[in-house]
Amino acid sequence: MLDAKIPNGELKSKWSTYQAESKLLNPANRKKVSIIVVGSGLAGAGAAATLGELGYNVDCFCYQDSARRAHSVAAQGGVNAAKNYQHDGDSVWRMFYDTLKGGDFRSREANVYRLAELSAPLIDHFTQQGVPFAREYGGVLTNRSFGGVQVQRTFYARGQTGQQLLLAAYSQLSKMVKQGNVKMHPRTEMLDLVIIDGKAKGVITRNLETGELKKFMANAVVLATGGYSRVFRLSTLAIGCNGSAIWAAHKKGAFFAAPSFTQIHPTALPQSSELQSKLTLMSESLRNDGRIWVPKKAGDSRKANEIPEEDRDYYLERKYPSFGNLAPRDISSRSAKEQIDSGHGVGVLKNAVYLDFKHAIERLGIEVIKDRYGNLFQMYEKITGINAYQEPMMISPAAHFSMGGLWVDYELMTTVPGLYAIGECNYSDHGANRLGANSLLQASIDGYFILPNTINNYLADEMKYDQPDISHDEFSKCLEEVEARIKMLLKIDGLKTVDHYHRELGKIMWQECAMSRNKAGLEKAISEIKELKSEFWKNVKVTGSNNELNPELEKALRLADFIELGELMCLDALQREESCGAHFREEYQSPEGEAVRNDDEYSYVSAWEYSSGEYQLHREELNFEYIKPTIRSYK
Amino acid sequence: MRVTFKIWRQDNSKVDGQFVEYELENISRDMSFLEALDMLNESLVLKGEKVIAYDYDCREGICGQCGVFINGRAHGPHANTTTCQLHMRSFSDNQVITVEPWRAKSFPIIKDLVVDRSALDRIVESGGYITAKTGTAPEANSILIGKEVADLSMDSAACIGCGACIATCKNASAALFTSAKLTHLNLLPQGKVEEGRRTLSMTKQMELEDFGHCSFTGACEIECPEGISISNIARMNFSLLKAKLLK
Ligand SMILES: Cc1cc2nc3c(=O)[nH]c(=O)nc-3n(C[C@H](O)[C@H](O)[C@H](O)COP(=O)(O)OP(=O)(O)OC[C@H]3O[C@@H](n4cnc5c(N)ncnc54)[C@H](O)[C@@H]3O)c2cc1C
Ligand code: FES
Repeated sequence: MLDAKIPNGELKSKWSTYQAESKLLNPANRKKVSIIVVGSGLAGAGAAATLGELGYNVDCFCYQDSARRAHSVAAQGGVNAAKNYQHDGDSVWRMFYDTLKGGDFRSREANVYRLAELSAPLIDHFTQQGVPFAREYGGVLTNRSFGGVQVQRTFYARGQTGQQLLLAAYSQLSKMVKQGNVKMHPRTEMLDLVIIDGKAKGVITRNLETGELKKFMANAVVLATGGYSRVFRLSTLAIGCNGSAIWAAHKKGAFFAAPSFTQIHPTALPQSSELQSKLTLMSESLRNDGRIWVPKKAGDSRKANEIPEEDRDYYLERKYPSFGNLAPRDISSRSAKEQIDSGHGVGVLKNAVYLDFKHAIERLGIEVIKDRYGNLFQMYEKITGINAYQEPMMISPAAHFSMGGLWVDYELMTTVPGLYAIGECNYSDHGANRLGANSLLQASIDGYFILPNTINNYLADEMKYDQPDISHDEFSKCLEEVEARIKMLLKIDGLKTVDHYHRELGKIMWQECAMSRNKAGLEKAISEIKELKSEFWKNVKVTGSNNELNPELEKALRLADFIELGELMCLDALQREESCGAHFREEYQSPEGEAVRNDDEYSYVSAWEYSSGEYQLHREELNFEYIKPTIRSYK
Repeated sequence: MRVTFKIWRQDNSKVDGQFVEYELENISRDMSFLEALDMLNESLVLKGEKVIAYDYDCREGICGQCGVFINGRAHGPHANTTTCQLHMRSFSDNQVITVEPWRAKSFPIIKDLVVDRSALDRIVESGGYITAKTGTAPEANSILIGKEVADLSMDSAACIGCGACIATCKNASAALFTSAKLTHLNLLPQGKVEEGRRTLSMTKQMELEDFGHCSFTGACEIECPEGISISNIARMNFSLLKAKLLK
């Protein structure tokens, strides 16, 4: 049984109790401690900057050319916080309740409560750092509401919230770089984790410009490497997003939790060709005013504007009257898929549904809509060539967020002592479904507020032991293994490109392990992935050498990991014989087609342990002391 | 569609580079420009050749990592867009498309179309922040900021740091980039406290990095994906004069 180290006492005081009781490290000793932070997105940059301020020596890595570009930059919609500025009845408790319920009771109460609790000070923090959040004319902050909740608790900076939060974090990081407490290593990828005496002690990296492999040692390692949904190839994630760092850690003993919980976002732009490299997200905030519909008649080939009201099916409003177009993401995505699968899809590939602003424009006037969503309408026109003020947008579901990730306890430590995982790459507060605008929040508080308070508890004891040293045998061994793996890839010289294999993997995963799953499909997927893996290692072709900037090699290394991770995702989905949140097993649904959860048998977090190619399941039982799990109905 | 790509190939900053021509067929008009390059790269791999290196990450026009010169214009034929948001429908059948890296003394070429923009990070390191530690913030609504000011600050904060302004400027000046960051922070009450110090050190760093001077031709504003206004440069100059006088 896994111990999540949840502090005793009342829910409301768990975090303060933890802080009061955990060990500290005095400032003089902090100077002697080094910490590696892999990733400089919101989670990583926040952590590196704050640990730097505390006086630790930090090495921070990212694969982009600058820390300012991590994928957090792409988040558009906003960040949640329970401030109740709008006087609409919001509170920490309500946010806690919404989030727990939104995640379909597959997350930990104590973590979710802390998420809600730390949300309000986070807005203060970002405001102080210069984030130009949207304001009222009188100067106070304003909010909007976001998918799945009935209060206005989302703070935003135009359609560029992620960008502004990341730039704030990046600027604080830059300050610490200048001060010398943080050393930033851009264009540097972590390829392996070094473990000495059972504890995380360092990493092996590859300089992406020169190919040089290098050893870095530290007293603790923090992974903040973001989501892995590029396993589907087509997703809303940046092209470079990958699962390699956490996969390396998993293979070295860190448990992987709920790998198959992937959020499929309902409002991406539809795929338009086979060679497409990614899908673009349209902000979910559009659902506040846009109405989603499809033609009532399957295969209706009329243009959107030629279809009269009586021939339109506003299916979300019909099926979920109290939430309508704002129904949570898993429900909206699955409903869209149902419509598409039953022949009601629209667009060239018949893979989309309409998102219509006609009524909103009639009601509010075009200027208001332009003010709220202008940049999104421009982006839509740039990509599709369509003016969405005149005809409805077309949207389609797309892989978007990894709820799963490395298993972490209340301190955000993985099952490997000294190894922490923060932000999207851990499994933590979201459960089986993430509510909109909760991820920027989680990544930020993990990095700024939680980790810098929990890591001391480990380091205080760690100081008593021998300090790590890169001349240790484990470092050399690990480096040689990485080197051998790279050489092997370059030597295969087969007939197919890396992208070819990625497209194949993507098709399998999208078909069998995305919005809905079933036993037969998952079993088929597992055997197909096994075959794909052996094919890949026999027949992939990677040109160029190891000693130069070689984008093909980077892709190949990441894909090799995605293939293995894909298999574990299918295994996890197969093992969980219930439907919950984003995990919809076709065998477990009500006669009306709603997900049927099985709390008696599956109220746990699945955490997988790796050992030489086999996966063993461990369970973290979830105890709901404060909120009784209810059926998640949005009717 | 069929096009001819004329692409700059260069192994690193120490050796010379040259244009190499590639023919590419069966391109769909809806494909993005970078997807066409991906397709070209796949064909190179199958021929056993090294791929062309180019930069990108988000492919959503927001991270600022992509950016090349296409037919003599930063980010291609359209104003105010990024390379990843350019689609092949913007070109005609059989067109010759010339692709070069950003050219600026302060942006050394790393390989092919990839350049080193770390000078921009160093400008930010020199003062592009508000000095406030984690945990020291007052309640957010205790800092009132009118909507107009917040909006103006946001206009400048939207800079994605792609470097198009510098690459397109005949002097390779970083004035638009630096002034955008300064305006974002200097306009806000939280940032105003350090205005003078920030302006002095960031403009100093800009000079140390060997960027050229601004001569107000305005090309930067046209090529900026975010449409950042050159009035920021006037604000920066005003701020700088004020800071020098007060020093
Ligand atoms: C299009 C889009 C829109 C979104 N909109 C919203 C929204 O409106 N609200 C919301 O709350 N959430 C949103 N999200 C989700 C949210 O943006 C992410 O979950 C969050 O930003 C993740 O932050 P992170 O710091 O964990 O990871 P990231 O920002 O992805 O950072 C990962 C970092 O790790 C580095 N890295 C990765 N692997 C390695 C390696 N092996 N070696 C070295 N470095 C490595 C990268 O370089 C990068 O610096 C959105 C996501 C997407 C895709
Ligand atoms: S790839 Fe991010 S802006 Fe083009």
